[in-house]
Amino acid sequence: MDQLLTLLKENARLSVSELAAMAAMSEEDVKSKIAAYEKDGTIRGYQALINEELADKNAVTAFIEVKVTPKAERGFDELANTIMGFDGVESVYLMSGSFDLAVTLSGTDYKEIALFVARRLSTLDGVVSTSTHFLLKKYKDRGVYMDTEIDERGLIAP
Amino acid sequence: MMDYDKLISKKCFEMKPSGIRRFFDMANAREGVISLGVGEPDFQTPWNVRQAAISSLERGKTKYTANSGMAELKTAIADKIQKDLGVTYDPSQVIVTVGGSEGIDIAIRSIVDPGDEVLVVEPCFVCYSPIVSLSGGVPVPLETKAENDFKLTADLLREKITDRTKMLILPFPNNPTGAVMDRKDLEEIAAVLEGTDILVLSDEIYSALTYGGEHTSIIQIGDMAERTILVNGFSKAYSMTGWRLGYVAAPAPLIKQMLKIHQYAIMCSPTVSQYAAVEAITACDKDVEKMRTEYDQRRRWLVKALNGIGLDCFEPRGAFYVFPSIKRTGLSSEEFCERLLNEYDVAVVPGNAFGDSGEGFIRISYAYSLKHIMTAVERINDFITHI
Ligand SMILES: Cc1ncc(COP(=O)(O)O)c(C=O)c1O
Repeated sequence: MDQLLTLLKENARLSVSELAAMAAMSEEDVKSKIAAYEKDGTIRGYQALINEELADKNAVTAFIEVKVTPKAERGFDELANTIMGFDGVESVYLMSGSFDLAVTLSGTDYKEIALFVARRLSTLDGVVSTSTHFLLKKYKDRGVYMDTEIDERGLIAP
Repeated sequence: MMDYDKLISKKCFEMKPSGIRRFFDMANAREGVISLGVGEPDFQTPWNVRQAAISSLERGKTKYTANSGMAELKTAIADKIQKDLGVTYDPSQVIVTVGGSEGIDIAIRSIVDPGDEVLVVEPCFVCYSPIVSLSGGVPVPLETKAENDFKLTADLLREKITDRTKMLILPFPNNPTGAVMDRKDLEEIAAVLEGTDILVLSDEIYSALTYGGEHTSIIQIGDMAERTILVNGFSKAYSMTGWRLGYVAAPAPLIKQMLKIHQYAIMCSPTVSQYAAVEAITACDKDVEKMRTEYDQRRRWLVKALNGIGLDCFEPRGAFYVFPSIKRTGLSSEEFCERLLNEYDVAVVPGNAFGDSGEGFIRISYAYSLKHIMTAVERINDFITHI
């Protein structure tokens, strides 16, 4: 991956001049490259990585495995499209293996998620079965440890 | 009551504790200090290395190894030197030591007699001169200058050579300046040494952390390997400081002598660390590259930021330190660091802790996350604007 993308992936808040220094590029090049990435959709957005356990104690996240019957013309896309339109659906992936779509859903409580699966997801045309897993604890997300790591080094050393 | 001071060996008694020690105590006495003051990597030891150590323990590998180290590791080290530098050592020309530190110790102690002069490139890591003195040798500083990018020049070397000169300690990439010696620089040094009986102790512990070009060693120049004791280790390259593992590679007759000291003082390096080191040296090139890339990004950010806030620094091309000048503040290195610590809670190391020629500079380590570095630099900026 391009060094600029690696840097942004790690810290999207780096300024243009910081990125330029770190990637050994001119500021102009950094700006135009980012603009190009945004335009062609390589960069889809910038988000903070939040430890929900601290931000919202009640928040619930579920991973739902969905088995579906693909449609003749549009394969899995049609159903994926329908599912990702619902509020609270954070991600929809097409998977290889024993199920087809992996859906991540966040909600304010367990009941909200249970109702979503029962009323909205299972009833969709083409959904064969679902299996819902609730997230209990997040240890690491997008390469970042959720517990603050303690620096065990001394303050000063030769 | 016993008067212990009288009982201590004169040489030990006269040895000064490291200048860094006082700062360490001052920093530790405060709360909420953010530090850019350490000389060890912030990364964790690669997971596969830690697993190799665990697995060795599970398999009961808890005995002494051969004095000079496990054959498998010595072979891997010789292979690595061959691959990186193109110089051939037989595994029997390698001793696995307790860090580069022990390598430095046995190299100096096996060579230096009372009265021998040892040329020490300064500013430098703190251990060389005290060990030279402990052997009765006379450390002779070679003071490198910012205007020469802190490189050792042939002129400076020539000027300090006498008929008592026994050894040159060549520590590049350098702690604390981050300076490196390119092939051309080393060729000039080699030309001065040629035809003399001066040995070189080349401390290349930061060799894996060289930016914008490959590391060059003096052993690659002409027949310099014949007169060189190469010291390297696992602490910096693989982020393995606590494992205490390094090595020396040298001509067989020198190894034979160093091995005697190692044998009597150490017996052998820690077995569990040796198993970990085999994994590190054979399976971690990618991890090293990843860490190097990240250091390099921080380095570029930091050099730009420091120059931006008015602390001039030359571009360091190795290790993980920058060494900006603080002369324009009108403060001495110690005053600068003490006030920065006491007024802004940032710990950095005064340049004179690494030799008198470090006066007027401070050492800033970038073995920290960029976020941490940015916060610290903001505080340094605040400090400078309020001096
Ligand atoms: C230049 C230099 N040499 C040697 C060492 C010793 O490292 P170790 O004994 O951990 O291998 C250090 C550590 O800071 C260093 O900076």
